[in-house]
Amino acid sequence: MKNLTTRSGALLKTYSVLVFFLALKAAGNSAMAWGMKQVPERMSMNPALYLRAMLNPFVAIGVAALILALLTRMALFSLADLSFVLPVTAVGYVIAVFLGKVFLHETVSHQRWLGTLLIFAGAVLVGTTSRNTTATTSLAEDPK
Amino acid sequence: MKWALVAAMVFATVAGDLLQSHEMKRAGEQSVSARGFARLLHVIAQRRLLILGIACNAVSFFSFMALVQTEPLSFAVPASSSSFVLETLLAKFVLHERLGARRAAGALAVLAGVVLVGG
Repeated sequence: MKNLTTRSGALLKTYSVLVFFLALKAAGNSAMAWGMKQVPERMSMNPALYLRAMLNPFVAIGVAALILALLTRMALFSLADLSFVLPVTAVGYVIAVFLGKVFLHETVSHQRWLGTLLIFAGAVLVGTTSRNTTATTSLAEDPK
Repeated sequence: MKWALVAAMVFATVAGDLLQSHEMKRAGEQSVSARGFARLLHVIAQRRLLILGIACNAVSFFSFMALVQTEPLSFAVPASSSSFVLETLLAKFVLHERLGARRAAGALAVLAGVVLVGG
């Protein structure tokens, strides 16, 4: 039987991994979007164009951060349900709106703020549900 | 071309996430320390469906990359979020997750928010 310490420890771990994922994703997307705007060619089905785009340092840093974000998200999938991970990681949209407002001085409409508020409220609501509803013995092979 | 990219992106996202969620639950709990990442890479190397899931991510990623070059983020981001509905339903019926009223309500609020942010 799981004791309270183990359970709250696992919960803390889930939220730490979530925060790490959100940071990597925000950094990666910003760097990639910034870099891609400087790439002259339009992307097509030609893979060489994507490789050449990665020669841009911002695109390269962005891709590296997004690969780490992908691995972090996989770790998150090992800790929580898909229907838990999807809404809570949507907080990334909220971060994107704030980054756009603060660093790029974008004007944020009332509609966008309302959307941001809904995403945040929804994510908090989902965040209070049991994170893993299919768990059987998932703690069994957790290393110390 | 725009909608073909959106379709490719959504299909690949849904397939990739379902495969990864399924496989990672079976692989056991992972961590994100340096050692944790090494262990995770080892897990990936051993599971074919997980590799297929990552390949789906790659398709989704390149579709998104091509999309943001010509379309504004305010189109690309909400378009990519249409996979959200499909995935939540499949999480219930394919992965047998228990949604419950609170999680379903939260997911709906997030969806409405994403549509508003992009609109």
